Amino acid sequence: MELESLYQEIILDHYRHPHRKGLREPFDAQVHHVNPTCGDEVTLRVALKDAAGEPVVADVSYDALGCSISQASTSVLTDMVVGKTVAEAMDISAEFLALMQSRGESEPDEDVLGDAVAFEGVAKYPARIKCALLGWMAWKDATARALAEAGPGAKDDS
Amino acid sequence: MTAASETVRLGGAALSPLDTEAVRADFPILGRAVRGGHPLIYLDSGATSQKPRQVLDAERDFYTVHNAAAHRGNHLLAEETTDAYEGARVRVAEFIGADPGEIIFTKSATEALNLVAYAMSNAATAGPEAERFRVGPGDEILVTEMEHHANLVPWQQLCLRTGATLRWFGVTPEGRLDLSNAAELISDRTKVVAVTHQSNVTGAVPPVADIARLAHAHGALVVVDGAQSVPHRSVDVAALGADFLAFSAHKMLGPSGIGVLWGRRELLEAMPPYVTGGSMIEVVRMEGSTFLPPPERFEAGVPPAAQAVGLAAACDYLDGIGMARVHAHEEALTAHGLEAVAAIPGVRVLGPLTTENRGGALSFVVDGVHPHDVGQVLDELGIAVRTGHHCAWPLHRALGVQATTRATFYLYNTHDEVDALADGIRQAQKFFGAA
Repeated sequence: MELESLYQEIILDHYRHPHRKGLREPFDAQVHHVNPTCGDEVTLRVALKDAAGEPVVADVSYDALGCSISQASTSVLTDMVVGKTVAEAMDISAEFLALMQSRGESEPDEDVLGDAVAFEGVAKYPARIKCALLGWMAWKDATARALAEAGPGAKDDS
Repeated sequence: MTAASETVRLGGAALSPLDTEAVRADFPILGRAVRGGHPLIYLDSGATSQKPRQVLDAERDFYTVHNAAAHRGNHLLAEETTDAYEGARVRVAEFIGADPGEIIFTKSATEALNLVAYAMSNAATAGPEAERFRVGPGDEILVTEMEHHANLVPWQQLCLRTGATLRWFGVTPEGRLDLSNAAELISDRTKVVAVTHQSNVTGAVPPVADIARLAHAHGALVVVDGAQSVPHRSVDVAALGADFLAFSAHKMLGPSGIGVLWGRRELLEAMPPYVTGGSMIEVVRMEGSTFLPPPERFEAGVPPAAQAVGLAAACDYLDGIGMARVHAHEEALTAHGLEAVAAIPGVRVLGPLTTENRGGALSFVVDGVHPHDVGQVLDELGIAVRTGHHCAWPLHRALGVQATTRATFYLYNTHDEVDALADGIRQAQKFFGAA
Protein backbone atom coordinates (compact mmCIF):
# COMPACT_ATOMS: atom_id res chain seq x y z
CA MET A 1 0.00 0.00 0.00
CA GLU A 2 1.01 3.59 -0.66
CA LEU A 3 -0.31 4.45 2.76
CA GLU A 4 3.05 3.97 4.41
CA SER A 5 4.61 6.58 2.13
CA LEU A 6 1.89 9.05 3.08
CA TYR A 7 1.73 8.21 6.76
CA GLN A 8 5.41 7.89 7.53
CA GLU A 9 6.27 6.70 11.02
CA ILE A 10 7.41 10.20 12.00
CA ILE A 11 3.96 11.52 11.16
CA LEU A 12 2.18 8.84 13.14
CA ASP A 13 4.54 9.45 16.10
CA HIS A 14 3.81 13.16 16.14
CA TYR A 15 0.09 12.42 15.75
CA ARG A 16 0.06 10.09 18.75
CA HIS A 17 2.42 12.20 20.85
CA PRO A 18 2.15 15.80 19.69
CA HIS A 19 4.86 18.23 20.80
CA ARG A 20 4.07 21.52 22.56
CA LYS A 21 0.32 20.93 22.42
CA GLY A 22 -1.88 23.06 24.68
CA LEU A 23 -2.27 26.83 24.89
CA ARG A 24 0.31 28.66 26.98
CA GLU A 25 1.06 32.10 28.34
CA PRO A 26 2.71 34.43 27.58
CA PHE A 27 1.97 35.02 23.91
CA ASP A 28 2.07 37.96 21.54
CA ALA A 29 -0.64 36.90 19.11
CA GLN A 30 -3.31 34.24 18.85
CA VAL A 31 -5.15 33.11 15.72
CA HIS A 32 -7.89 30.65 14.94
CA HIS A 33 -7.80 28.97 11.55
CA VAL A 34 -10.22 26.46 10.07
CA ASN A 35 -10.23 24.21 7.07
CA PRO A 36 -13.73 24.99 5.81
CA THR A 37 -14.02 21.80 3.80
CA CYS A 38 -13.74 19.52 6.81
CA GLY A 39 -14.12 21.72 9.86
CA ASP A 40 -10.63 21.00 11.18
CA GLU A 41 -9.47 23.87 13.33
CA VAL A 42 -6.47 25.16 15.17
CA THR A 43 -6.06 27.89 17.76
CA LEU A 44 -2.42 28.88 17.75
CA ARG A 45 -0.35 31.28 19.84
CA VAL A 46 3.03 32.72 19.08
CA ALA A 47 5.42 34.26 21.60
CA LEU A 48 8.39 36.18 20.22
CA LYS A 49 11.48 37.45 21.98
CA ASP A 50 14.21 39.76 20.95
CA ALA A 51 17.73 38.46 20.52
CA ALA A 52 20.34 41.03 19.55
CA GLY A 53 17.71 43.15 17.84
CA GLU A 54 16.22 40.27 15.89
CA PRO A 55 12.85 38.67 16.64
CA VAL A 56 13.12 35.03 17.66
CA VAL A 57 10.33 32.45 18.05
CA ALA A 58 10.16 31.91 21.82
CA ASP A 59 7.15 29.58 21.87
CA VAL A 60 4.37 28.21 19.72
CA SER A 61 1.44 26.68 21.56
CA TYR A 62 -1.79 25.39 20.10
CA ASP A 63 -5.03 23.59 20.53
CA ALA A 64 -6.27 21.71 17.51
CA LEU A 65 -8.92 19.37 16.24
CA GLY A 66 -8.09 17.50 13.10
CA CYS A 67 -6.71 14.58 11.21
CA SER A 68 -3.36 12.90 11.70
CA ILE A 69 -1.74 14.98 8.97
CA SER A 70 -2.83 18.34 10.39
CA GLN A 71 -2.01 17.37 13.97
CA ALA A 72 1.39 15.95 13.14
CA SER A 73 2.24 18.84 10.86
CA THR A 74 1.52 21.39 13.57
CA SER A 75 3.58 19.40 16.06
CA VAL A 76 6.53 19.22 13.64
CA LEU A 77 6.15 22.94 12.93
CA THR A 78 6.78 23.77 16.57
CA ASP A 79 9.94 21.64 16.55
CA MET A 80 11.15 23.39 13.44
CA VAL A 81 10.54 27.02 14.37
CA VAL A 82 10.89 27.40 18.14
CA GLY A 83 14.28 28.90 18.93
CA LYS A 84 14.85 30.09 15.36
CA THR A 85 14.82 33.71 14.31
CA VAL A 86 11.58 34.70 12.65
CA ALA A 87 13.49 35.15 9.39
CA GLU A 88 14.87 31.60 9.55
CA ALA A 89 11.50 30.21 10.54
CA MET A 90 9.82 31.99 7.63
CA ASP A 91 12.35 30.41 5.26
CA ILE A 92 11.50 26.96 6.63
CA SER A 93 7.82 27.74 6.25
CA ALA A 94 8.36 28.83 2.64
CA GLU A 95 10.30 25.65 1.94
CA PHE A 96 7.49 23.57 3.47
CA LEU A 97 4.89 25.36 1.37
CA ALA A 98 6.98 24.73 -1.75
CA LEU A 99 7.22 21.04 -0.85
CA MET A 100 3.45 20.83 -0.43
CA GLN A 101 2.87 22.48 -3.79
CA SER A 102 5.39 20.29 -5.60
CA ARG A 103 2.92 17.50 -6.44
CA GLY A 104 5.68 15.18 -5.30
CA GLU A 105 8.03 16.36 -8.04
CA SER A 106 10.69 18.10 -5.96
CA GLU A 107 13.40 16.73 -3.72
CA PRO A 108 12.87 18.19 -0.25
CA ASP A 109 15.85 19.74 1.49
CA GLU A 110 16.24 17.82 4.72
CA ASP A 111 18.78 20.33 6.05
CA VAL A 112 16.10 23.00 5.99
CA LEU A 113 13.01 20.93 6.71
CA GLY A 114 14.18 18.37 9.28
CA ASP A 115 11.29 16.06 10.28
CA ALA A 116 9.01 18.01 8.01
CA VAL A 117 10.42 16.09 5.02
CA ALA A 118 8.20 13.25 6.21
CA PHE A 119 5.27 15.14 4.68
CA GLU A 120 6.69 14.65 1.20
CA GLY A 121 4.04 12.01 0.47
CA VAL A 122 1.21 14.43 1.29
CA ALA A 123 2.06 16.50 -1.80
CA LYS A 124 0.83 13.62 -3.94
CA TYR A 125 -2.64 13.87 -2.41
CA PRO A 126 -3.99 17.33 -3.28
CA ALA A 127 -6.96 16.90 -0.96
CA ARG A 128 -4.63 16.57 2.03
CA ILE A 129 -2.32 19.53 1.38
CA LYS A 130 -4.63 21.89 3.23
CA CYS A 131 -4.46 19.55 6.22
CA ALA A 132 -0.67 19.72 6.26
CA LEU A 133 -0.67 23.49 5.87
CA LEU A 134 -3.31 24.33 8.48
CA GLY A 135 -0.88 24.83 11.39
CA TRP A 136 1.81 26.46 9.24
CA MET A 137 -0.58 29.05 7.82
CA ALA A 138 -1.88 29.77 11.31
CA TRP A 139 1.69 30.20 12.54
CA LYS A 140 2.56 32.57 9.71
CA ASP A 141 -0.55 34.63 10.39
CA ALA A 142 0.05 34.75 14.14
CA THR A 143 3.69 35.71 13.66
CA ALA A 144 2.80 38.49 11.23
CA ARG A 145 0.31 39.83 13.75
CA ALA A 146 2.79 39.59 16.60
CA LEU A 147 5.37 41.51 14.57
CA ALA A 148 2.83 44.12 13.52
CA GLU A 149 1.73 44.63 17.08
CA ALA A 150 5.26 44.87 18.41
CA GLY A 151 6.33 47.33 15.73
CA PRO A 152 9.97 47.72 14.76
CA GLY A 153 12.14 47.21 17.81
CA ALA A 154 9.21 47.74 20.19
CA LYS A 155 9.99 44.65 22.19
CA ASP A 156 13.10 43.74 24.13
CA ASP A 157 12.87 40.59 26.16
CA SER A 158 9.95 38.61 27.50
CA MET B 1 -48.52 8.07 8.01
CA THR B 2 -47.74 10.78 5.53
CA ALA B 3 -43.98 10.45 5.44
CA ALA B 4 -44.32 6.76 4.66
CA SER B 5 -46.86 7.42 1.94
CA GLU B 6 -44.27 9.60 0.18
CA THR B 7 -41.90 6.70 0.21
CA VAL B 8 -42.65 4.23 -2.48
CA ARG B 9 -42.05 0.74 -1.20
CA LEU B 10 -41.97 -2.60 -2.89
CA GLY B 11 -45.53 -3.53 -3.76
CA GLY B 12 -45.45 -7.09 -2.46
CA ALA B 13 -43.89 -9.54 -4.88
CA ALA B 14 -44.97 -7.52 -7.92
CA LEU B 15 -41.58 -5.90 -8.36
CA SER B 16 -38.54 -7.87 -9.45
CA PRO B 17 -35.25 -6.82 -7.87
CA LEU B 18 -32.94 -4.44 -9.64
CA ASP B 19 -30.45 -6.16 -11.96
CA THR B 20 -27.29 -4.59 -10.61
CA GLU B 21 -25.01 -6.27 -13.14
CA ALA B 22 -27.02 -4.87 -16.06
CA VAL B 23 -27.14 -1.42 -14.46
CA ARG B 24 -23.39 -1.37 -13.81
CA ALA B 25 -22.69 -2.24 -17.43
CA ASP B 26 -24.30 1.10 -18.35
CA PHE B 27 -21.77 3.11 -16.30
CA PRO B 28 -18.38 3.09 -18.05
CA ILE B 29 -16.60 4.69 -15.09
CA LEU B 30 -17.44 1.75 -12.83
CA GLY B 31 -15.05 -0.32 -14.91
CA ARG B 32 -12.13 1.88 -13.84
CA ALA B 33 -9.29 0.66 -11.70
CA VAL B 34 -7.90 3.16 -9.19
CA ARG B 35 -5.00 3.52 -6.74
CA GLY B 36 -2.79 0.59 -7.62
CA GLY B 37 -5.33 -1.44 -9.56
CA HIS B 38 -8.27 -1.65 -7.17
CA PRO B 39 -11.65 -1.72 -8.89
CA LEU B 40 -13.47 1.53 -8.16
CA ILE B 41 -16.04 1.27 -5.39
CA TYR B 42 -17.98 4.49 -5.69
CA LEU B 43 -19.83 5.32 -2.47
CA ASP B 44 -20.04 9.08 -2.95
CA SER B 45 -23.21 9.45 -4.98
CA GLY B 46 -24.62 11.78 -2.35
CA ALA B 47 -22.00 14.28 -3.53
CA THR B 48 -22.46 13.51 -7.20
CA SER B 49 -23.67 10.44 -9.06
CA GLN B 50 -21.98 8.71 -11.94
CA LYS B 51 -23.55 8.91 -15.39
CA PRO B 52 -24.85 6.08 -17.55
CA ARG B 53 -23.91 5.78 -21.20
CA GLN B 54 -27.48 6.77 -22.12
CA VAL B 55 -27.06 10.21 -20.53
CA LEU B 56 -23.61 10.72 -22.03
CA ASP B 57 -24.92 9.67 -25.46
CA ALA B 58 -27.89 12.02 -25.23
CA GLU B 59 -25.63 14.98 -24.54
CA ARG B 60 -23.15 13.99 -27.22
CA ASP B 61 -25.96 13.48 -29.73
CA PHE B 62 -27.37 16.90 -28.90
CA TYR B 63 -24.03 18.61 -29.45
CA THR B 64 -23.24 16.52 -32.53
CA VAL B 65 -26.51 17.10 -34.36
CA HIS B 66 -28.64 19.92 -32.95
CA ASN B 67 -26.63 22.41 -30.97
CA ALA B 68 -27.78 26.06 -31.09
CA ALA B 69 -29.02 28.70 -28.65
CA ALA B 70 -32.52 27.84 -27.44
CA HIS B 71 -35.25 30.46 -27.74
CA ARG B 72 -33.16 32.55 -30.13
CA GLY B 73 -32.92 32.64 -33.91
CA ASN B 74 -35.28 31.09 -36.42
CA HIS B 75 -32.95 28.67 -38.10
CA LEU B 76 -33.50 24.94 -38.00
CA LEU B 77 -30.94 24.14 -35.32
CA ALA B 78 -32.36 26.83 -33.04
CA GLU B 79 -35.81 25.33 -33.48
CA GLU B 80 -34.54 21.84 -32.73
CA THR B 81 -32.64 23.06 -29.69
CA THR B 82 -35.69 24.89 -28.39
CA ASP B 83 -37.76 21.76 -28.88
CA ALA B 84 -35.16 19.66 -27.10
CA TYR B 85 -34.93 22.09 -24.20
CA GLU B 86 -38.69 22.44 -23.81
CA GLY B 87 -39.09 18.71 -24.28
CA ALA B 88 -36.71 18.20 -21.37
CA ARG B 89 -38.89 20.49 -19.27
CA VAL B 90 -41.91 18.31 -20.04
CA ARG B 91 -39.92 15.18 -19.18
CA VAL B 92 -38.69 16.55 -15.84
CA ALA B 93 -42.20 17.74 -14.98
CA GLU B 94 -43.51 14.25 -15.61
CA PHE B 95 -40.77 12.78 -13.40
CA ILE B 96 -42.10 14.63 -10.34
CA GLY B 97 -45.79 14.86 -11.27
CA ALA B 98 -45.73 18.59 -12.07
CA ASP B 99 -46.88 20.81 -14.93
CA PRO B 100 -44.11 21.82 -17.34
CA GLY B 101 -44.81 25.50 -16.69
CA GLU B 102 -43.88 24.94 -13.07
CA ILE B 103 -40.37 23.68 -13.89
CA ILE B 104 -37.59 26.27 -13.80
CA PHE B 105 -34.13 25.23 -14.90
CA THR B 106 -31.39 26.69 -12.73
CA LYS B 107 -27.70 25.94 -12.57
CA SER B 108 -28.04 23.83 -9.42
CA ALA B 109 -30.27 23.00 -6.47
CA THR B 110 -28.29 25.63 -4.58
CA GLU B 111 -29.21 28.28 -7.13
CA ALA B 112 -32.83 27.12 -7.07
CA LEU B 113 -33.00 27.75 -3.32
CA ASN B 114 -31.25 31.10 -3.70
CA LEU B 115 -33.74 32.00 -6.42
CA VAL B 116 -36.62 31.77 -3.95
CA ALA B 117 -34.71 33.56 -1.18
CA TYR B 118 -33.65 36.42 -3.47
CA ALA B 119 -37.08 36.69 -5.06
CA MET B 120 -38.42 37.28 -1.56
CA SER B 121 -36.15 40.23 -0.88
CA ASN B 122 -36.68 41.51 -4.43
CA ALA B 123 -40.40 41.51 -3.61
CA ALA B 124 -39.82 44.67 -1.56
CA THR B 125 -39.43 46.68 -4.77
CA ALA B 126 -41.78 44.66 -7.00
CA GLY B 127 -45.45 45.32 -7.71
CA PRO B 128 -48.42 44.59 -5.45
CA GLU B 129 -48.71 41.05 -6.85
CA ALA B 130 -45.47 40.22 -5.00
CA GLU B 131 -46.95 41.13 -1.61
CA ARG B 132 -47.12 37.43 -0.74
CA PHE B 133 -43.31 37.19 -0.82
CA ARG B 134 -42.42 40.26 1.23
CA VAL B 135 -40.67 39.72 4.55
CA GLY B 136 -39.35 42.20 7.05
CA PRO B 137 -38.80 42.85 10.75
CA GLY B 138 -41.17 40.77 12.86
CA ASP B 139 -41.43 38.04 10.22
CA GLU B 140 -39.78 34.71 10.75
CA ILE B 141 -38.01 32.27 8.46
CA LEU B 142 -38.01 28.75 9.86
CA VAL B 143 -35.31 26.27 8.88
CA THR B 144 -33.86 23.15 10.51
CA GLU B 145 -30.57 22.27 12.10
CA MET B 146 -30.15 19.35 9.68
CA GLU B 147 -30.09 21.45 6.53
CA HIS B 148 -27.34 21.36 3.96
CA HIS B 149 -25.72 24.81 3.92
CA ALA B 150 -27.55 25.42 0.61
CA ASN B 151 -30.89 25.46 2.43
CA LEU B 152 -29.59 27.43 5.39
CA VAL B 153 -27.19 30.17 4.33
CA PRO B 154 -29.54 31.71 1.70
CA TRP B 155 -32.17 32.10 4.44
CA GLN B 156 -29.67 33.60 6.87
CA GLN B 157 -28.78 36.08 4.13
CA LEU B 158 -32.45 36.82 3.41
CA CYS B 159 -32.89 37.66 7.09
CA LEU B 160 -29.85 39.97 6.94
CA ARG B 161 -31.25 41.75 3.89
CA THR B 162 -34.77 42.15 5.21
CA GLY B 163 -34.60 42.26 9.00
CA ALA B 164 -36.62 39.04 9.33
CA THR B 165 -35.68 36.58 12.09
CA LEU B 166 -34.24 33.12 11.47
CA ARG B 167 -35.55 30.31 13.67
CA TRP B 168 -34.98 26.59 13.44
CA PHE B 169 -36.07 23.12 14.42
CA GLY B 170 -33.42 21.23 16.37
CA VAL B 171 -32.54 17.56 15.94
CA THR B 172 -32.93 14.66 18.33
CA PRO B 173 -29.86 12.67 19.40
CA GLU B 174 -30.95 10.09 16.83
CA GLY B 175 -30.64 12.72 14.12
CA ARG B 176 -34.38 13.11 13.50
CA LEU B 177 -36.06 16.49 13.35
CA ASP B 178 -37.21 17.51 16.80
CA LEU B 179 -40.77 18.59 16.14
CA SER B 180 -41.78 18.72 19.81
CA ASN B 181 -41.98 22.53 19.70
CA ALA B 182 -43.49 22.73 16.22
CA ALA B 183 -46.67 24.36 17.48
CA GLU B 184 -44.60 27.12 19.08
CA LEU B 185 -42.13 27.53 16.21
CA ILE B 186 -44.69 27.72 13.42
CA SER B 187 -46.89 30.75 13.91
CA ASP B 188 -48.53 33.54 11.94
CA ARG B 189 -45.13 35.27 11.98
CA THR B 190 -43.64 32.40 9.97
CA LYS B 191 -43.32 33.37 6.31
CA VAL B 192 -41.19 30.48 5.08
CA VAL B 193 -40.51 26.98 6.30
CA ALA B 194 -37.42 25.58 4.53
CA VAL B 195 -36.75 21.91 5.15
CA THR B 196 -34.81 19.07 3.63
CA HIS B 197 -36.63 16.10 2.15
CA GLN B 198 -33.78 13.83 3.19
CA SER B 199 -30.67 14.62 5.20
CA ASN B 200 -27.48 14.35 3.18
CA VAL B 201 -25.67 13.23 6.35
CA THR B 202 -27.95 10.89 8.28
CA GLY B 203 -30.42 10.00 5.56
CA ALA B 204 -33.23 11.00 7.95
CA VAL B 205 -36.47 11.75 6.11
CA PRO B 206 -38.51 14.42 7.92
CA PRO B 207 -42.32 14.30 7.71
CA VAL B 208 -42.43 17.07 5.13
CA ALA B 209 -46.14 16.71 4.34
CA ASP B 210 -47.04 17.12 8.03
CA ILE B 211 -44.76 20.15 8.36
CA ALA B 212 -46.23 21.63 5.18
CA ARG B 213 -49.77 21.22 6.49
CA LEU B 214 -48.88 23.02 9.70
CA ALA B 215 -47.00 25.75 7.82
CA HIS B 216 -49.85 26.30 5.38
CA ALA B 217 -52.32 26.62 8.25
CA HIS B 218 -50.32 29.74 9.19
CA GLY B 219 -49.94 30.99 5.64
CA ALA B 220 -46.22 30.21 5.37
CA LEU B 221 -44.50 29.12 2.18
CA VAL B 222 -42.88 25.69 2.24
CA VAL B 223 -39.55 25.25 0.46
CA VAL B 224 -38.17 21.72 0.22
CA ASP B 225 -34.60 20.72 -0.58
CA GLY B 226 -35.04 17.57 -2.64
CA ALA B 227 -31.41 17.18 -3.71
CA GLN B 228 -31.14 13.91 -1.77
CA SER B 229 -34.67 12.61 -2.30
CA VAL B 230 -35.59 13.12 -5.94
CA PRO B 231 -32.66 10.97 -7.20
CA HIS B 232 -33.52 8.09 -4.89
CA ARG B 233 -37.27 7.62 -4.62
CA SER B 234 -40.43 8.52 -6.40
CA VAL B 235 -41.33 12.11 -5.49
CA ASP B 236 -44.71 13.47 -6.44
CA VAL B 237 -45.14 17.18 -5.83
CA ALA B 238 -48.88 16.81 -5.26
CA ALA B 239 -48.30 14.37 -2.38
CA LEU B 240 -45.38 16.41 -1.06
CA GLY B 241 -47.64 19.31 -0.12
CA ALA B 242 -44.85 21.89 -0.54
CA ASP B 243 -44.76 25.13 -2.52
CA PHE B 244 -41.23 24.81 -3.88
CA LEU B 245 -38.92 21.86 -4.48
CA ALA B 246 -35.27 22.17 -5.46
CA PHE B 247 -33.05 19.43 -6.85
CA SER B 248 -30.03 19.00 -9.07
CA ALA B 249 -29.37 16.85 -12.12
CA HIS B 250 -25.88 15.72 -11.27
CA LYS B 251 -27.01 13.79 -8.21
CA MET B 252 -29.57 11.83 -10.29
CA LEU B 253 -27.36 10.48 -13.10
CA GLY B 254 -27.63 13.71 -15.08
CA PRO B 255 -24.99 16.27 -16.04
CA SER B 256 -23.54 18.92 -13.79
CA GLY B 257 -24.49 22.54 -14.39
CA ILE B 258 -28.26 22.20 -14.25
CA GLY B 259 -30.72 22.12 -11.39
CA VAL B 260 -34.46 22.44 -11.04
CA LEU B 261 -36.83 24.59 -9.07
CA TRP B 262 -40.40 23.41 -9.06
CA GLY B 263 -42.91 25.93 -7.74
CA ARG B 264 -46.70 26.15 -7.61
CA ARG B 265 -47.86 28.00 -10.68
CA GLU B 266 -49.83 30.73 -8.87
CA LEU B 267 -46.79 31.48 -6.73
CA LEU B 268 -44.37 31.57 -9.64
CA GLU B 269 -46.71 33.92 -11.47
CA ALA B 270 -46.59 36.41 -8.60
CA MET B 271 -42.90 36.00 -7.82
CA PRO B 272 -40.35 38.61 -8.91
CA PRO B 273 -37.23 37.47 -10.76
CA TYR B 274 -33.81 36.80 -9.24
CA VAL B 275 -31.37 36.80 -12.18
CA THR B 276 -32.33 39.25 -14.91
CA GLY B 277 -31.18 39.84 -18.48
CA GLY B 278 -31.91 38.29 -21.85
CA SER B 279 -34.64 35.68 -22.41
CA MET B 280 -36.68 36.69 -19.39
CA ILE B 281 -37.97 40.07 -20.58
CA GLU B 282 -41.23 41.08 -22.22
CA VAL B 283 -40.43 44.68 -23.22
CA VAL B 284 -37.21 46.55 -22.55
CA ARG B 285 -37.01 50.34 -22.66
CA MET B 286 -34.24 52.52 -21.33
CA GLU B 287 -36.56 53.59 -18.52
CA GLY B 288 -37.39 50.08 -17.38
CA SER B 289 -38.52 46.58 -18.38
CA THR B 290 -41.33 44.12 -17.99
CA PHE B 291 -40.89 40.41 -17.62
CA LEU B 292 -42.19 37.23 -19.18
CA PRO B 293 -44.43 34.84 -17.29
CA PRO B 294 -42.83 31.81 -15.60
CA PRO B 295 -40.87 29.74 -16.26
CA GLU B 296 -39.02 32.09 -18.66
CA ARG B 297 -39.07 34.92 -16.11
CA PHE B 298 -36.60 32.93 -14.02
CA GLU B 299 -34.31 31.72 -16.80
CA ALA B 300 -32.20 34.68 -17.90
CA GLY B 301 -29.41 33.99 -20.38
CA VAL B 302 -28.94 31.27 -22.99
CA PRO B 303 -30.42 28.17 -21.40
CA PRO B 304 -28.39 25.01 -20.71
CA ALA B 305 -30.02 22.94 -23.42
CA ALA B 306 -27.49 20.11 -23.57
CA GLN B 307 -27.65 19.72 -19.81
CA ALA B 308 -31.46 19.70 -19.91
CA VAL B 309 -31.33 16.99 -22.57
CA GLY B 310 -28.97 14.99 -20.37
CA LEU B 311 -31.27 15.42 -17.39
CA ALA B 312 -34.24 14.23 -19.42
CA ALA B 313 -32.22 11.16 -20.43
CA ALA B 314 -31.47 10.56 -16.76
CA CYS B 315 -35.20 10.70 -15.99
CA ASP B 316 -35.78 8.18 -18.78
CA TYR B 317 -33.08 5.94 -17.37
CA LEU B 318 -34.40 6.06 -13.81
CA ASP B 319 -38.00 5.56 -14.87
CA GLY B 320 -36.90 2.73 -17.14
CA ILE B 321 -35.63 0.92 -14.08
CA GLY B 322 -38.44 2.22 -11.89
CA MET B 323 -37.95 4.49 -8.90
CA ALA B 324 -39.64 1.95 -6.64
CA ARG B 325 -37.02 -0.59 -7.67
CA VAL B 326 -34.20 1.94 -7.22
CA HIS B 327 -35.47 2.78 -3.77
CA ALA B 328 -35.91 -0.86 -2.73
CA HIS B 329 -32.35 -1.63 -3.85
CA GLU B 330 -30.90 1.28 -1.90
CA GLU B 331 -32.97 0.38 1.14
CA ALA B 332 -31.51 -3.12 1.11
CA LEU B 333 -27.97 -1.72 0.76
CA THR B 334 -28.61 0.75 3.57
CA ALA B 335 -29.94 -1.97 5.89
CA HIS B 336 -26.87 -4.04 5.09
CA GLY B 337 -24.57 -1.05 5.60
CA LEU B 338 -26.16 -0.09 8.90
CA GLU B 339 -25.74 -3.62 10.17
CA ALA B 340 -22.20 -4.14 8.90
CA VAL B 341 -20.78 -0.76 9.91
CA ALA B 342 -22.56 -0.27 13.23
CA ALA B 343 -21.40 -3.75 14.28
CA ILE B 344 -17.73 -2.73 14.17
CA PRO B 345 -16.48 -2.00 17.69
CA GLY B 346 -15.41 1.63 18.03
CA VAL B 347 -17.64 2.81 15.19
CA ARG B 348 -20.68 5.02 15.73
CA VAL B 349 -23.23 5.55 13.00
CA LEU B 350 -24.97 8.90 13.05
CA GLY B 351 -28.69 9.08 12.54
CA PRO B 352 -31.40 6.45 12.58
CA LEU B 353 -30.22 2.85 12.81
CA THR B 354 -33.09 1.41 10.79
CA THR B 355 -34.21 2.14 7.26
CA GLU B 356 -37.55 3.52 8.43
CA ASN B 357 -37.90 6.99 6.93
CA ARG B 358 -34.22 6.92 6.20
CA GLY B 359 -32.36 7.07 2.91
CA GLY B 360 -29.00 5.69 1.85
CA ALA B 361 -26.55 8.08 3.49
CA LEU B 362 -24.37 6.34 6.05
CA SER B 363 -22.22 8.71 8.11
CA PHE B 364 -20.06 7.44 10.92
CA VAL B 365 -17.19 8.20 13.24
CA VAL B 366 -14.38 5.83 14.12
CA ASP B 367 -12.91 6.21 17.60
CA GLY B 368 -9.29 7.31 17.39
CA VAL B 369 -9.22 7.75 13.62
CA HIS B 370 -10.09 11.09 12.06
CA PRO B 371 -12.54 10.92 9.12
CA HIS B 372 -9.85 12.24 6.75
CA ASP B 373 -7.65 9.35 7.72
CA VAL B 374 -10.48 6.83 7.41
CA GLY B 375 -11.22 8.24 3.97
CA GLN B 376 -7.57 8.04 3.01
CA VAL B 377 -7.33 4.34 3.88
CA LEU B 378 -10.59 3.63 2.05
CA ASP B 379 -9.33 5.55 -0.98
CA GLU B 380 -6.20 3.43 -0.98
CA LEU B 381 -8.53 0.41 -1.29
CA GLY B 382 -10.37 2.01 -4.20
CA ILE B 383 -13.36 3.04 -2.08
CA ALA B 384 -14.54 6.60 -2.69
CA VAL B 385 -16.37 8.18 0.26
CA ARG B 386 -16.83 11.72 1.50
CA THR B 387 -15.14 13.05 4.63
CA GLY B 388 -15.77 16.24 6.55
CA HIS B 389 -18.99 17.94 7.53
CA HIS B 390 -20.66 17.45 4.14
CA CYS B 391 -21.89 21.05 4.02
CA ALA B 392 -23.98 20.42 7.14
CA TRP B 393 -21.81 21.91 9.84
CA PRO B 394 -24.60 22.78 12.29
CA LEU B 395 -25.92 19.22 12.12
CA HIS B 396 -22.51 17.82 12.96
CA ARG B 397 -22.25 20.24 15.86
CA ALA B 398 -25.70 19.22 17.09
CA LEU B 399 -24.74 15.55 16.98
CA GLY B 400 -21.53 16.28 18.87
CA VAL B 401 -19.04 15.45 16.15
CA GLN B 402 -16.57 17.58 14.28
CA ALA B 403 -16.61 15.60 11.06
CA THR B 404 -17.70 12.23 9.75
CA THR B 405 -16.96 9.73 7.03
CA ARG B 406 -19.94 9.29 4.75
CA ALA B 407 -20.83 6.48 2.37
CA THR B 408 -23.83 6.99 0.11
CA PHE B 409 -25.50 4.29 -1.95
CA TYR B 410 -27.14 4.37 -5.34
CA LEU B 411 -28.66 2.01 -7.84
CA TYR B 412 -25.28 0.78 -9.13
CA ASN B 413 -23.84 -0.22 -5.76
CA THR B 414 -23.63 -3.83 -4.65
CA HIS B 415 -23.75 -5.73 -1.39
CA ASP B 416 -20.14 -6.79 -1.95
CA GLU B 417 -19.20 -3.10 -1.98
CA VAL B 418 -20.95 -2.61 1.35
CA ASP B 419 -18.87 -5.47 2.77
CA ALA B 420 -15.73 -3.91 1.29
CA LEU B 421 -16.59 -0.67 3.10
CA ALA B 422 -16.90 -2.43 6.45
CA ASP B 423 -13.66 -4.28 5.81
CA GLY B 424 -11.94 -1.02 4.85
CA ILE B 425 -13.04 0.62 8.09
CA ARG B 426 -11.48 -2.27 10.03
CA GLN B 427 -8.26 -1.81 8.04
CA ALA B 428 -8.22 1.89 8.92
CA GLN B 429 -8.60 1.02 12.60
CA LYS B 430 -5.76 -1.43 12.31
CA PHE B 431 -3.47 0.98 10.47
CA PHE B 432 -3.95 3.69 13.06
CA GLY B 433 -3.78 1.26 15.97
CA ALA B 434 -7.37 1.98 16.96
CA ALA B 435 -8.78 -1.55 16.70
